Formats: sequence, C-alpha cells, structure tokens
Amino acid sequence: MYNRNKVLLFGLTLFTPFLLYSQASNDSIRKLKEVILKAKPYQEVIPVQSLSGKLLENLASHNVADALRYFAGTQIKDYGGLGGLKTVDVRNMGTHHVGVFYDGVQLGNAQNGVTDLGKYSLDDMESLTMYNGQKSEIFQSAKDFAAASTIYLRTKRPVFENAKKTNLLVRFKTMSINYFDPSFRWEQKLSNKVSMSVSSEYIKSNGQYKFRYKRNNLDGSVAYDTTATRHNSDIEALRIESGFYGKLNNGSWDAKVYYYDSDRGAPGAIVENKFSDGFRQYDKNFFTQASLVKDFSKKYKFQAKVKYAYDYTHYVARDTTNILGEIVTEGAQSDDSYYQQEIYFSAVNMYNILPTWDVSLSTDFQYNKLNATRKGIQTQFSFPQRYTALFSLASSFRLGQFKALGSVVGTYVQEEVRYNAKAPDKKEFTPALFIGYTPFKDYDFNLRAFAKRIFRMPTFNDLYYTMVGSSTLRPEYMNQYDVGFTYNLPMVNNGFLDKLSIQVDGYYTNTKDKIVAAPTGNLFRWMMTNMGQVKGKGIESVLNVGMHIGKVNLATNLTYTYSESRDYTKFAGLELSSYGDQIPYTPWHSGSAILNAGYESWNFNYSFIYVGKRYNGNVNNIKVNEVQPWYTHDLSMQKSFAISNYLIKGTIELNNVLNQQYEVIYNYPMPGRTLKFIISIEL
Amino acid sequence: MKKITTKFILGLFIALTFTSCREEETIFPSLDKSVAAPRSDGKIEGFYLLNEGNMGMNRASIDIFNYRTGNYTTDIYSERNPTVVKELGDVGNDIKIYGNKVYAVINCSNKVEVIDKWTAKRIKKIDIPNCRYVTFYKDKAYVSSYSGPVAINPNAEIGFVAEIDTTSLEIKRKVNVGYQPEQMVVSNGKLYVANSGGYRVPNYDRTVSVIDLETFTEIKKIDVGINLYSMQIDSRGDIYVSSRGDYYNTPSNLFVIDTKTDEKKMQLDIPVLGMCLVDDLLYFYSVSWSYLTNSNKVTYGILDTKTKKIISDKIITDGTDKQIMIPYGLQVNPETKEIYITDAQNYVVTGYIYCFTPEGKLKWKTTAGNIPAHIAFITKN
Repeated sequence: MYNRNKVLLFGLTLFTPFLLYSQASNDSIRKLKEVILKAKPYQEVIPVQSLSGKLLENLASHNVADALRYFAGTQIKDYGGLGGLKTVDVRNMGTHHVGVFYDGVQLGNAQNGVTDLGKYSLDDMESLTMYNGQKSEIFQSAKDFAAASTIYLRTKRPVFENAKKTNLLVRFKTMSINYFDPSFRWEQKLSNKVSMSVSSEYIKSNGQYKFRYKRNNLDGSVAYDTTATRHNSDIEALRIESGFYGKLNNGSWDAKVYYYDSDRGAPGAIVENKFSDGFRQYDKNFFTQASLVKDFSKKYKFQAKVKYAYDYTHYVARDTTNILGEIVTEGAQSDDSYYQQEIYFSAVNMYNILPTWDVSLSTDFQYNKLNATRKGIQTQFSFPQRYTALFSLASSFRLGQFKALGSVVGTYVQEEVRYNAKAPDKKEFTPALFIGYTPFKDYDFNLRAFAKRIFRMPTFNDLYYTMVGSSTLRPEYMNQYDVGFTYNLPMVNNGFLDKLSIQVDGYYTNTKDKIVAAPTGNLFRWMMTNMGQVKGKGIESVLNVGMHIGKVNLATNLTYTYSESRDYTKFAGLELSSYGDQIPYTPWHSGSAILNAGYESWNFNYSFIYVGKRYNGNVNNIKVNEVQPWYTHDLSMQKSFAISNYLIKGTIELNNVLNQQYEVIYNYPMPGRTLKFIISIEL
Repeated sequence: MKKITTKFILGLFIALTFTSCREEETIFPSLDKSVAAPRSDGKIEGFYLLNEGNMGMNRASIDIFNYRTGNYTTDIYSERNPTVVKELGDVGNDIKIYGNKVYAVINCSNKVEVIDKWTAKRIKKIDIPNCRYVTFYKDKAYVSSYSGPVAINPNAEIGFVAEIDTTSLEIKRKVNVGYQPEQMVVSNGKLYVANSGGYRVPNYDRTVSVIDLETFTEIKKIDVGINLYSMQIDSRGDIYVSSRGDYYNTPSNLFVIDTKTDEKKMQLDIPVLGMCLVDDLLYFYSVSWSYLTNSNKVTYGILDTKTKKIISDKIITDGTDKQIMIPYGLQVNPETKEIYITDAQNYVVTGYIYCFTPEGKLKWKTTAGNIPAHIAFITKN
C-alpha cells in the first residue's frame, strides 16, 4: 500500500484542475475529502477518464449520455428529441458490454440489456468515471469485475460548511424549445455522523423542434429543401431521490431511494410520407440500495451492498389515419406492459497479506424477474426468472516499478420459466490480468497493458421474445487487449502551466458467438443466434491541461479516437455482402474538446464534439449508406452573485451554435441551435 | 519527455486533418452496370425491381434492367424524381405494371407510388395506410391493407381492400376482408384475397375472402389454412395459395382453390413461400427455419399445374443455389423463360439478383439494393 502522503500527493496531481476551479464554493474541507476518496492505488494500471467538479457542471450537458460523449472511445446512439433513447457503447463492443453503476451498484435491465442514459440527470452528479476493463482496485463487488467497460455515476454527497446544518438549492431551467424544468436539492445534517439529502426534478416539454432535410441535384441546384417540426418527442418526467450517509468507526454506510416516472413520446424514423408517429412510452423506475464499508482491522476490509429495483415500462403504439372518411389504424398496434424486479446482494472481503500484496473475494447474488401483459398477443409469455451467482477472486501485487492486478470471475446462472422452453443453466469463468510499469523514477510516466475476457448473458428478450427468442442461445464472448501509457508532466511552481497529462491507449477486441438476429424466410421473423463475429481495434488519446493566466484559470480536455470494428459474420458458411465492413454507426475518427475558463465569479465553457464519417444500419460500406460527419459547438457562460445569504448562479447556454442539421442515427434528426437558461439559488 | 509531448500534440493535429467536414447532401445517383449481352427480340423491354429496404431506413429503391442494352441500373427513383422529399420511401412491398403506369406499394410510407412506365417519373402518390399488394381488373386497381377500424384489442383490426380508379388514381371504394390481407387474384369478376392474420400469432387467419367486384362486398370466406400469403391463378381457374405455417408444428403448405365452386380443392403438402406461374408451370421456393440446426432449409421446385405434380425439385441446376442465403423474389420471364431469383442476404445488407437460363444455369448475377424482392416486366405496348 502507498503511504498516506503519497496517496494525497497523487490525488492532488490528478485532481488539481478541478480543485482550482471550485473556488466559488470556497470549501476546502470538501476538496480534501474528495481527494482522499478518489485517490486509489493502482489508478494508473487501467485507462480511466473522469469528469467532475466545475468541468462537469459547466459542460452544457444535462444528462449522463451527453456528458459521456466527451470521453475517448465512447459512442452515444442518440435517437434525438427530448424523450428519445440514448445509449452508450464503449470501443464498439456493444451497449450490452458496458456496466453502468449508480452510486456503486449496477443499473440493470435483464429484459433488453439496454440502459437509457438520457434518463439520468447531471444535476446531482458529482462525477462520471469510465474505465476500460474494470475499476483499478480489487476491493469491489463481483459485478464490478464482470463487464468489458465500466462507467461510474457518482451523485453528490452532502458537505456542510462550518456550523451549517442545512443546504438548500433551488434551480430552474428553460430553453428555446418549449421546456420547463424546476428542481431542488435539500441537504440536512442529522447528527455528527449522519446526513441526508433529498432532491427532485420535474421536466415538461412538448419536444417540438424544427429540422430540415435538403438535397441538391448533382449539378448543385436544389432538389428539395424542406423544414418540418419534430413531433411526438415530448416528455413529462419526475425524479425524486433521497440519500442517507453515515460514518462508522473505520467505515461508512449509505442508503438511497430513487424514483423516476415519465410519460414520453418515442419519436420514430422520419420517412417519406410519414413525418410523425404516435409511439408512446411510460416508465416507472424505483430502486433502493444500501452499502456499508468497514475496516475491521488494519489488514481486513469488508464491504456489503444490497439493492431492490422495480421497473415498469408500458409501450403503446396506436397510430391512426383517415381513409374514405373512416378512422383506421396506421401501423401495427401494440399495448404492452413489462414489469421487472431485481434483488441484489454483494459482499466483498479484502485481506492485506503484505504491504504490497492484497487479495479479495467477492460474492454477489442477483435475482431477476420479468412479467408482462400484452394486449391482443395470444402467445404465452415465458415469465422468466433468473438466479445469478457471481464470485470473483482478485489480487493486486506491487514489486518495485511493477504492479499487477489479476482477477477471475465465476458466474453461475439458472433460469425458470412459467411457459415455453427454458434456457439451460450456464457456468462461466472469465479472467483478467492488468500490469502497470513505471520505468522512470523522475517522471510520472506509467505504462500499462491488460487482457480481459468477458461474456454477456443473452437478455430475456434474446431468449424468450415471442417468435424471435431462442432459449438455446449461448453467452456472447469478448476478448479485449489494451496497451497504453499515462504521462503527467511535472509541475513548475512559478509557471502558468498547472497540469498537463497525456493518456494514450491502443486496443484490440474480438467478439465471438455474438448474439445477432438471423434471417428466416419471413422478414418479420428473425431468430436470435450466436453467429456474429466482430473484430475491432483502435487508439484513444486524451490530453488534459490546466493552467492559469493571471486570475484566469483554464482547463482543457481534448480527446481523439481512431476506431475500426469490422463484421466477419457468416450465415450458413456464407459471407454476407458486407463481410469485413465497418459495423454501423462506427466512425473511424472522432474527438472532443472542452475548454473552460474561470475568472472570479465568472465561468465560460466551450465544448466541441466531432463524429466522423460512418455507415448506417444498412452496413455495406458503400456511398448510399454513408452518414455525414457531425460536429457541434456548445457555449455556456455562468455568473455567480452573492446576495445576503443567497448564492445565485445564472447560466446561459447555446447548444449547436452553428445550427448544424445533423443525425446521429439515420432518419432521426437532432435539434438545431438551442438556447438554454438556468438560474439556481443556494441557501 | 518534452519531445514526446510535442510529438503527441503534433500527432493529434495531424489526426484531425484526416477527419473530414460535412458536404452538401445530394440526391441518390443511379449506377449503371453492364451484366448481359443486349438482345433485340421479344416484346419485353426489361423489368423494374423493387428493393424493399429495411424498416425505418427509408431505403426502398427501384432498379431497372434493360434487355436492349444488357445494363442493370440500381436506384433510379431519386434521380428521376429529385423533388420528392425523402425519395421513394420506407419498405417497398409490391410493384406491378398496368397500362402505362407502374404501381409501387410502399408499406411503411403508407402510399402507392404511381410512376410512368417509361420515364419512372411520379404521376401520383395515393395514400393508403399499411398497404401490402396490388392487383388489377378492368379499369381498377385493388390494394390490400392491414389497416382497419381501431379496436380495443390492438391486433383485432380487420384489413381492407381499396379500389382505385386507374385513370383518376382516386380511391373509390373499400371493403373489409380478413385479418392482415396479403396477395390477391381476380377471376370471373371476383377478387380472391389471402388473409394471413400475421399480427395474431398463434391464432392466424385461415381464410380467403371472395369479393364480388360489382357490389364490392365480401360474398364468401373460404376456409383454407393458417397464415395464407401468396396467390397465383392458372388458365383453368385454379387458384394456388401458399400458407406460411406457424413455424413450429404446422409446416408451410400449398393449397388449390376451385373458382367454379369457390371451395378448397386440394392440399398439395409442398412447402411454398413465394411462387411464379408461367404458362402451366408453377415455379416456387420455400425457406423454413430449423430449430435443430439453427439454420434455414431452402427448397425449390416446379409444379405442373395441369397434373398438380412436381416435375422438378430444382430450379437452379448448376449448384449456384448454395450461394443464395435467403431467396426472396422469384420471377420468370414469360417470353424467354429466363429465371430471376433475388437474394435478400440477412435483410440488412445489400442483396443480389441472379439470372438463370430456362435450364437453371447461372447467366449473370449483380448487386441490387437492400432486400431485392419484387420484379415487374416492362412490355412494349
């Protein structure tokens, strides 16, 4: 183990820019705490990217999905609109291979394996952290070890200045698109050891924005140019969240309750002769979770987690139209409700054998259940239940300039169904090995390499969806290899440069038995199979600079990603016409930039996203399937005022400054230039 | 170390220069390819091929093959109709030629696109929700549709057939038929509609609706078999209707309806998905999923409609059938008896069209669009 000073120093290096820009809050106790919390040994063994503090606050992004776009190696699938689905994919391995953890416990969806990150607000978020592979520590639950990439969403924890016992924040947002978004956050100190927080946000928007389709003739003259309004992208959502945080002797505990309720339009593809549709989605998500960490002795640490989640989703498709004066249905109709429940327990034990050698054993248990009512569908729903037991054995070891971290995860899955055939039991072992090396004593230069094998279980939809699911599916396997370095330039005390760090990683991935839909004789009927094979490679680079010019503090985060991910799937031994082509929506080049400047009570932020040329869902890398690059510039300006005991912050944001008419997903137009106003009052 | 840093930043900028900016979007240009030797005989000048395009992609497209030049041209619609916003539309489902007009049924764009037979320029767009197939009789076109009156049960809507005047291209009348109606044929002033009930798994429809075209009312429902789909009629008035089965216990099948009695006459126990009737021969294919091998079983055959006996269990004789992933469209040139089969691949990627000699030997093969499916021959007036 590092000694405490080193930990502190390391943490300071890593988080200096964020410290420098949190001057408005003037809260030194808090800074110190964060540093201690975040500075973990072996940090440099695994590629990590993080956004927190002022940088996150002023990003002109309001949901988790939008903020994750600034990480190298991520791609967000964004179907546009305020109610549209947003999912994240890391290194093009597929959404299913990304583990998203909310305050330490994974957000699950056993039904379709997809987490809609557009639903999670950034308002109460303290930090977003993404690890390729897994978190750089071994004191974690088996589920933390069990994903190809992990994203940690960490919500704000109450911090009380001096003798304050209550913090209250009231915030209001509105924008040039019809949008009404009040929220509040209340923090209360209950005793010296226990504090609590309650926060809530209400969003209502009709989601209507203008989009434009324009094509020229080959001679340059205009073929068509049309502007229309996006419909059925409205949303009404309420989020209520409450947390309790306590300290113990050599430990801590926390507990939280989360509730989200939304009624939204799920806007469809814009196609010829059909510019609106009426697909609706109603959600109710509830979860409660608690965790406890305690050092029982200098050598033995223990951690426990528990969670219960209930998710209700109701999809309604009821499009109608008029023909010869009679109202008739337009597309296929549906009215389906799904009810998911999850129970989760985890226990982690870590033992410190030698100062340089730790071992941990984690055991997790999870139960998932899916019920459904589907109006008009007469096939039997399977009503699946899944029992998952995971254990992981991990060890970290340090020898001179070398560090190593190894883990093996065992997973045992058993399912039960009320109707139809059930999937056979599954037993899987997946290992991972991470190695770090610091070649120079005088430089903070770290080399790393890792190899990780991982699998994903078929989802309930993959296994049991009527006419499509196949209960004989095997898990999908993925091998991931990574080599990279991080270099933190030494700081010069009197220079204007406060921090400069560079991180570069190259990776190779190979997915076998990828779960893909195989065609049958009927276009409306697919069979889920393990036929897919995808190979990917890429380079990710991150440059992080912190500096000051006089009283102006500057922070910069630049990323560039090169990625290749090619489909080598064969059906019945035959190569598809797209064999070897880049998989859909995977740009070869992408990048982002954040520039943040703070001057006294002013803050200015510029952010930029670039996603290069890629191909749409028709896969073949031919001209007709090409999707244009898109790039957006966002600006935001913030000013804080202190009026008596109130701290007032006003923010103006301008998103998509150049009013680019772009699509992330083909036929799903995104909003053009929008102006946003935010005012918050802190007590 | 400083050097490395400089190099790295420099590299970053170099990388950025490789990235490109947006260009003005243009219409989708057609692409010409010479695939066969030109021929000047016969009245058939060529054919249109409708590529369905995957749902939500708005990539239905029309290709054209010209016998006189031997050229196969993909995606002609956008170029010939540059002012049509978002081109041909989403999910083509049928294409047929009647008189001097081509009728393309575009399912998810809820319209029948009527274009000129020679120029492929739009004449009119007829709005019909969830439209499926088209057939003709005298001065009328008949279009089947899954759409129906809104019911509490989401899958209870009864489909209809719309009658369109081929001169004014207006919808004149409509008649309710069965659940999710598919293909149709006309005989003796009566329209026969195959009802699938595809939305109602596992309680498929099993009837053929008989519509009197004078009164435009349903006069009978013939009980045939589950999940009916394609239809052909021979010169003796026998209708061949295929059943897709339920994909589990009831296999795909072929039935014969006698139009003299309007009764089911025969069950041939042949798996049939798509078919094409030329003179007295019924060419057919079938694709059925096998749960045992987790793959598709593809079969082809030719049936003599006079004897109702299979005269060949092959259409392709040179082994090319092994390259075809999913046969999806089948058409035989009524003059030359050349056989066209499309390969939809996995329905997601670009498909192929194959041309075979009447003996089933490969003549040519070329790339079509996404889900090449329906072929309509262009005949000299």
